[in-house]
Amino acid sequence: MSTFYFIAFLSIFFSILVISAKNPVHSILYLVLTFFTFTIHYILLNAQFLAVVNFIVYMGAILVLFLYTLMLINLNKEAEPVKPFMVKIAAVFGGGILAVALVSSLKLLGVSDPVVLKNPDLGLVKNLGKVLFNEFLLPFEISSVLLLSAMVGAVLLATKEKETKATF
Amino acid sequence: MELIDLLIKIALIIVIFVISLVVAMYSTYAERKIAAFFQDRVGPNRAGPWGILQPLADGGKMFLKEEIIPTNATSFLFIVGPSLAILTACIGSAVIPWGQNLEIGGRVIPLQVTDINVGILYIFGVVSLGVYGIMIGGWASNNKYSLLGAIRAASQNISYEISMGLSIIALLMVTGTLSLGEIAKQQHGFWADGYFSWNVFKQPLGFLLFIVCAFAETNRSPFDLPECETELVGGYHTEYSSMKLGFYLFAEYINMFISSAVMATLYFGGYNFPFMDLIHSPNLVAILGVVALFIKIFMFIFFFMWVRWTIPRFRYDQLMDLGWKTLIPLAIANIVLTGIFMTFFK
Repeated sequence: MSTFYFIAFLSIFFSILVISAKNPVHSILYLVLTFFTFTIHYILLNAQFLAVVNFIVYMGAILVLFLYTLMLINLNKEAEPVKPFMVKIAAVFGGGILAVALVSSLKLLGVSDPVVLKNPDLGLVKNLGKVLFNEFLLPFEISSVLLLSAMVGAVLLATKEKETKATF
Repeated sequence: MELIDLLIKIALIIVIFVISLVVAMYSTYAERKIAAFFQDRVGPNRAGPWGILQPLADGGKMFLKEEIIPTNATSFLFIVGPSLAILTACIGSAVIPWGQNLEIGGRVIPLQVTDINVGILYIFGVVSLGVYGIMIGGWASNNKYSLLGAIRAASQNISYEISMGLSIIALLMVTGTLSLGEIAKQQHGFWADGYFSWNVFKQPLGFLLFIVCAFAETNRSPFDLPECETELVGGYHTEYSSMKLGFYLFAEYINMFISSAVMATLYFGGYNFPFMDLIHSPNLVAILGVVALFIKIFMFIFFFMWVRWTIPRFRYDQLMDLGWKTLIPLAIANIVLTGIFMTFFK
């Protein structure tokens, strides 16, 4: 249990650093660390497959692309758009309302019964595959079609401008 | 876990660590000797007999050089870059089965640090993490050439990871397990049930795709565009000097060693060798198995070097074309073909 609290503390600590870091590249690197703590959480929950997939997909691919994009765009102090005063006021107001909503919903929250898994090894690849392809086959297939359509859409958007002719 | 088991594990980890470092060190020597052979030169021959002490001299030089951190560099990340590169290169060796279990005095000693049941995915994760070292180093240098090298490394790594993953999926369909120890065990001997037992004969196209991707992931020529000196000076390590540069160069050789070990385990039977059933002493088989694995690894390392000194570097758009338009469709076709074959012939 103490491991959990330590890792949970690290997750929150790094995610606060993500939004408080001045440099966007540093933010991304803190986000990498945050996702790494998530991986440890999954391992603590005995979900090895999810842990490794989180590691590969989020840390190894998505955040690399984030970092890649941030390195390409020039983010200087001068390039930063200055927001008008009213917009800042509105943002503070909106954030405050969101905080009130969150706190009030937390107050109403009842303590739920802990979910007891019938099979504690559910997170292992073999069991997870069986569950995914039997019980949850339809949602699984639908989500894969959704991802495919997103991919096709992205390709379509990228190929529309024939004149500019991107090299890759 | 008993204390003695823990000690054995720690000893095994240290031995594997030292072996990877020594192999990486002597790979630099081998690279120079092989390059010399290909170009009809002599190569390093001054330090010790046949220049055998050359890597030590190089290492000593690296340590003693002046260390420079550019004024405008982000100094913390500038140090983190090479450290990450060498770290991710070293941790891949944890799941590779180096041999069958040894039995000494009634105690079974597994020659694999840990046999987690998602071993292949672990290797894959470590590989995908490897690019951070290059990216962070290249960005922190605050140099345009370094940044371009880092960006190239990132996009190359991401692109080739996809086809590498897809070629592994076809292999998983054949083996039915993600554990490297299990995969090595399945390829016992050389001939079983009327066919070769090594996976390379079951997945020839998959192996070809995997080795091409391995070249790209380790940034070896002909895919060494992140450090392409014809246009980027030194690529991501332009600003580096002393042992930090040494770490980057060293990480490349360790990566080469680890990926050779992975290829040998996944496709070339790992520690198995022909006629291993004729030897009755299990310990002798285990030791010969380790020797066989290392022979396979050295052949792969030689192949890496052979390609480097034979094939010229790709242009960047050719690299992306090859990755996205050739390797990925081939990998998907390989999965489909494997599926059809498994449905109708087994």
